Amino acid sequence: MLQFRQRLGRVFLHIFLISIAIIWLLPTLGVFITSFRSSFDVAQSGWWTVFTNPQNQQFTLEGYQTVIAKRSMDRAFLNSLIISVPATLIPIAVGSLAALAFAKMRFPLRLPLFGLIVALVSVPLQATVIPILTQYNKMGLTGQYAGVWLVHTGYGLPLIIYFLYSFFKELPAELFDAAAIDGASSLQILLRLVLPLSIPALASIAIFQFLWVWNDLFVALIYLGGAPDVTPLTVSLSNLVGSRGEGWELLTAAAFISSAVPLFVFLVLQRYFVRGMLAGSIKA
Amino acid sequence: MKTARFVPWLYILPASIFVAFFLVYPTIRTFYLSFFDDRSIDYVGLANYEFLLTSETTKSALRNNLLWIIVFPLLTVALGLLLAVLADKVRYERLFKSIIFMPMAISFVGAGVIWKFVYAYRAQEVAQTGLLNAIVVALGGTPVGWLNARPWINNFALIFIGIWIWTGFCMTAFSAAYKNLPSEVIEAARMDGAGEWALFWRVTVPMLVPTISVITVTMMVFALKVFDIIYVTTNGLFDTEVLANRMYKELFLYRNKGHASAIATALFVTSVLILGLNVWRQRKEGE
Repeated sequence: MLQFRQRLGRVFLHIFLISIAIIWLLPTLGVFITSFRSSFDVAQSGWWTVFTNPQNQQFTLEGYQTVIAKRSMDRAFLNSLIISVPATLIPIAVGSLAALAFAKMRFPLRLPLFGLIVALVSVPLQATVIPILTQYNKMGLTGQYAGVWLVHTGYGLPLIIYFLYSFFKELPAELFDAAAIDGASSLQILLRLVLPLSIPALASIAIFQFLWVWNDLFVALIYLGGAPDVTPLTVSLSNLVGSRGEGWELLTAAAFISSAVPLFVFLVLQRYFVRGMLAGSIKA
Repeated sequence: MKTARFVPWLYILPASIFVAFFLVYPTIRTFYLSFFDDRSIDYVGLANYEFLLTSETTKSALRNNLLWIIVFPLLTVALGLLLAVLADKVRYERLFKSIIFMPMAISFVGAGVIWKFVYAYRAQEVAQTGLLNAIVVALGGTPVGWLNARPWINNFALIFIGIWIWTGFCMTAFSAAYKNLPSEVIEAARMDGAGEWALFWRVTVPMLVPTISVITVTMMVFALKVFDIIYVTTNGLFDTEVLANRMYKELFLYRNKGHASAIATALFVTSVLILGLNVWRQRKEGE
C-alpha cells in the first residue's frame, strides 16, 4: 500500500513538473513558430494550427525580411552590438583596478569607501536620469554611443567592483609577495597574475553586464533620444509594438532577432551565465 | 600587496569619478529638484510630493506598485522554492531547470511581446490567435481582454509575466542552497518517519530562511522598479500604471521635472528602505 502511494506520488510529481515546463516553453515556442508564418495565416488562425492542420500552412521568411527592410532591424542589431561591447569592457577595466586596490592594497578609509560604492547598488536608475540628462544635453552626449557607454559604466561599477573584490580577496597573499620580490609593478601584477587567475569570475560578470546592456530598454530610451541611426534592438522592438495592433508575424520576428544573441549565450555558456545572473541579481 | 602610498588612490580614482558623476551627484540633485517646478526654476515646497500622493494616476501607480511588491515576491519565491525541491527528485533536473531559467536570457521587452501575444484578444466571432483566449474559447468561455480588464485581471496578467521571467532565477538560487544543506539532517528526519510535506515545511524551509529572505528582498526591489514590462504591453493604461513608467511619462510626455524628480526620489527612498531593512535584519541575526 505504501509503495503504491509512493508511486502515485511520483506520477503526480512528473505530471506537475512537466506541466510547468510546458507552460514555460509554450509562449516562446508560439513566438518562434509565428515568426515563420505568412501574414495571411497569422491573421486567420493561431500558431498551433501548424500542428492541428499542417496541410494548409506555408512557412516564409516574410516577417524577417519586412522587419529588416522596413524597420532596419539589421541596423538595430549592429547598434546593440556597438553599444554592448564597450559598455561591458570599460566598466570591467575600471572596476578591476578599483577592486584590486580594495582587496589587496592598504590605504586610509579603504573599508568606508568600499562600503559606500557597494551601497550604491541600491540607487534606482530613475533617481539619476534627470541631472545626467541635463549635463548630457550641455555636453552633446545625448544620442551618442559614447554617452550610453559611460552611463552603463557608472551604473554597472558598484556591482562589478563588489563581485571582483570578493574574488580577488581570495587570491593568496604569497602570490603577490613573490611577484613583488621579482620586481613586478602593481599594474604588471594585475595584468599578468590577477586577471589570468580570475578568468571564470571575469567571464561570469562580463556575461552578466553584456546581457544587461543588450537587454536594456530604459537607458537606451532615455539617453539615445530615439534617433534611428543609434537605436538598439530593444527600443526598435518596443516601437514596433506601439505602432501595430496586429501584424504579429512582424513582432514575433523582431522579438526573435532581439533574443537570438542572449539565447545563444545562454545555451552555450550556461554555467557562467547562471553564476553571473545570481551575482548580478541585486542590481536588477 | 606593498605599493607606494599614492598608488591605491590612482587605482580607485577612475571608478570613483564614474560613481560620483553617475550615481552620487545625480541622486542628490534629483532630491533637490523635487522641490522645484516643472522647469526646475521656482521653489514649490512639497507641491510635487502632494501631487504624488493625491493625483489619480499616481495613486493608481502607488496601488499597483504595492500589489507588485506583495504578490510578485510571494509567488516567485514560493514557486521557485517548490520547483527547486521537486526538481531535485527527478533525473531530468538539469533540463527542467534550464527550461525554467531560459526566460532570464530574453529581454523584458521581448518577454513583454511574447506574453502580449499569449494574451491577444479578438472578438468572439473570429478565430482567437492568442493562446490563452483560444483555450478559454475551446473550454466554452467567452474571450477575455487580459490586458484591459481592470484592475485585477490585467494587473495579475502583467505580474505573471514577471513571474515567468524570474521564477527560474529564484529556483536556481534555492536549488544551490538546498543542495548545500547537510544531508544528514534531512535523512535523519526521513528515518524518523517524517512525510515529504512535513519535511519540506519543518526542516527544509527553516534551514533555507537566510536565502529566502535575500531573494525575497531582491524580488521586492525588482517589483518596485518594474518598467519595461508595463511600457511595452499596456504603457500604464487601464489602471496598470506603475511609478517607474509614470516617471518616464512625467519627464518625456508632460515635461515636468518637478513631478518626475519627486517620483524618482520616492523610488530611491523605498529602495534604500527595503535594502537597508534587510542589512539591519542580517546584522541582528549575526549577533
